[in-house]
Amino acid sequence: MTRLGTPESLRDAYGASLVELGERDPRLVVLDADLSGSTRTVQFGQRFPDRFFNVGVMEPTMVAMASGLALGGRTVFASTFAVFAAGQAYGAIRQSVCYNRANVKLVATHGGLLVGPDGGMQQIVEDIGLMRGLPGMTVVVPADAPSTRAAVREVAGFDGPAYVRLPRERLPTVTDGSFRIGRAAELHPGSDLTIVAVGALVARALEVAADLGQVGLSVRVLDLASVKPFDQAALDRAARETGAILVLEEHTVLTGVGALVASAVAEGYPVPVRRVGVPDVFGESGEPWSLLDRYGLSTERIREEAWELLRARGKVQ
Amino acid sequence: MAEEPPAELLSTLASTAREVRREIIRMTYAAASGHPGGSLSVTDLLTALLLHEMRLDPGRPDWGDRDRLVLSKGHAAPALYAALAMRGFLPRDELRTFAQLGSRLQGHVDHRTLPCVEASTGALGQGIGMAVGMALDARLAGRMNRVYAVIGDGECQVGSTWEALMAGGHYRLANLVVLLDRNGVETDGPTESIMGIEPIADKFRAFRYRTLEIDGHDFRQILTALAEARAWRDGPTAIVAHTVKGKGVSFMEGQHTFHAKPPTEVEARRALEELGAPGELPAR
Repeated sequence: MTRLGTPESLRDAYGASLVELGERDPRLVVLDADLSGSTRTVQFGQRFPDRFFNVGVMEPTMVAMASGLALGGRTVFASTFAVFAAGQAYGAIRQSVCYNRANVKLVATHGGLLVGPDGGMQQIVEDIGLMRGLPGMTVVVPADAPSTRAAVREVAGFDGPAYVRLPRERLPTVTDGSFRIGRAAELHPGSDLTIVAVGALVARALEVAADLGQVGLSVRVLDLASVKPFDQAALDRAARETGAILVLEEHTVLTGVGALVASAVAEGYPVPVRRVGVPDVFGESGEPWSLLDRYGLSTERIREEAWELLRARGKVQ
Repeated sequence: MAEEPPAELLSTLASTAREVRREIIRMTYAAASGHPGGSLSVTDLLTALLLHEMRLDPGRPDWGDRDRLVLSKGHAAPALYAALAMRGFLPRDELRTFAQLGSRLQGHVDHRTLPCVEASTGALGQGIGMAVGMALDARLAGRMNRVYAVIGDGECQVGSTWEALMAGGHYRLANLVVLLDRNGVETDGPTESIMGIEPIADKFRAFRYRTLEIDGHDFRQILTALAEARAWRDGPTAIVAHTVKGKGVSFMEGQHTFHAKPPTEVEARRALEELGAPGELPAR
């Protein structure tokens, strides 16, 4: 498989960024629920033991405590796996965090299928939908380590709740390391078709765009890392200038980024949209990258879907 | 042992609590909504906290050193609003807006609309967690303020209540007091026939709380317990306050049917008569 940059751990990027933020903001507090080694909050805990609370396996209470700390005027980061954050603690995120507009940043690692061998129980593919439905919640899904660093700084920089979804796996560097809330990043120019992707699928979008470029097709790639608020203007431009949109995500197609883009395009500048994501099923155990292939996110499948849209536009036979 | 509270203070608090109860009846009648039973049972606890025990400044609701109150049983909002009004945090007239469209006084407590309430509550099992966070915040900041979490007894069936209690015990939060409004009755009936929570005081003790049991309608006992909690430096305190659901209104007392049912006009008139305030009802 073609890889674009050296794969790097987004979790490591998060851990290092937290330490930097902790140096700059002496009131910043971090919580974890017995997964600090895996989420990398352990680095903050070692550097600032007084401002780190590993609460054990009590995700709803970790989130409620984070809210209580934030209501005192602090920036609070809380981390665990995505399945436990968005899943186990949904009620606390809704009531204790969002309903208080508390300044809590949930950084959830191990989102999506790339959890791999631990299986479908742990592979939440519903979290983006759950989180973006919450009033006042900012939702971010970075595509690589450099943009993770920028995203962590960005979410720390405003007063209000945020959910950042990170994968377990290392991802190749695909961005220039910049990230702005509400902005989509155009990572590849194109005029025949746009592929909108988040997280691990951004690299696959770029691979497909490069492949299709070889045969003279011009495919734009947008990294929609800022899922909420999202860049309506960039989607409008993509629809107007490229005439069709393919959306890729490691998430159920029912409620994720594909659903978001389809409705935004329908209301903005209607053009054909196809969604490639996890169908309405749970995952299973397996090697992480082969799970993406198994659940319809292979580069071959993405290429076929792109081809269908290009054919409908009369760009190919 | 703490000093005996002066008789004059006790009678002032009793008459304030009576006024709070009248407002609960007026509010729930006017809104045709609300939870009178659990509001009336927690009235004396909230009155003791807001009108006496807590360090507060109604002129500066965001004063950093203020004591914090999290009403985890957020359905008792009418009692909290009335007590806040009596303490000067909001105009008495505003109580008439309870649960109406556009009101700051939401049906369940809302920090966003009414910042002088410390936290939005009403989904049971989260208030103690937020209170633990607030107590840790005070400790980290070196502030001396205290944090009070008021919970209901149905709420003791919620798993996250025990998570949060465990955390408060683990961090030995001497600035945290958990008050249980033990009225014995939840929405569908008696707690002990639905899902028993006893022996509740032993459970708090097992979770590392210094635990006191009091009559939650006796101001002398309430103030003494709060003073003891303040003097205790080795960890959090739990106060099991034995109360009566619907306290002060004979036909509501002990009745689960008034958990979430507002009074009819006839019932509201009778209730206000019993509370020593016959006469005008607010518009409904």
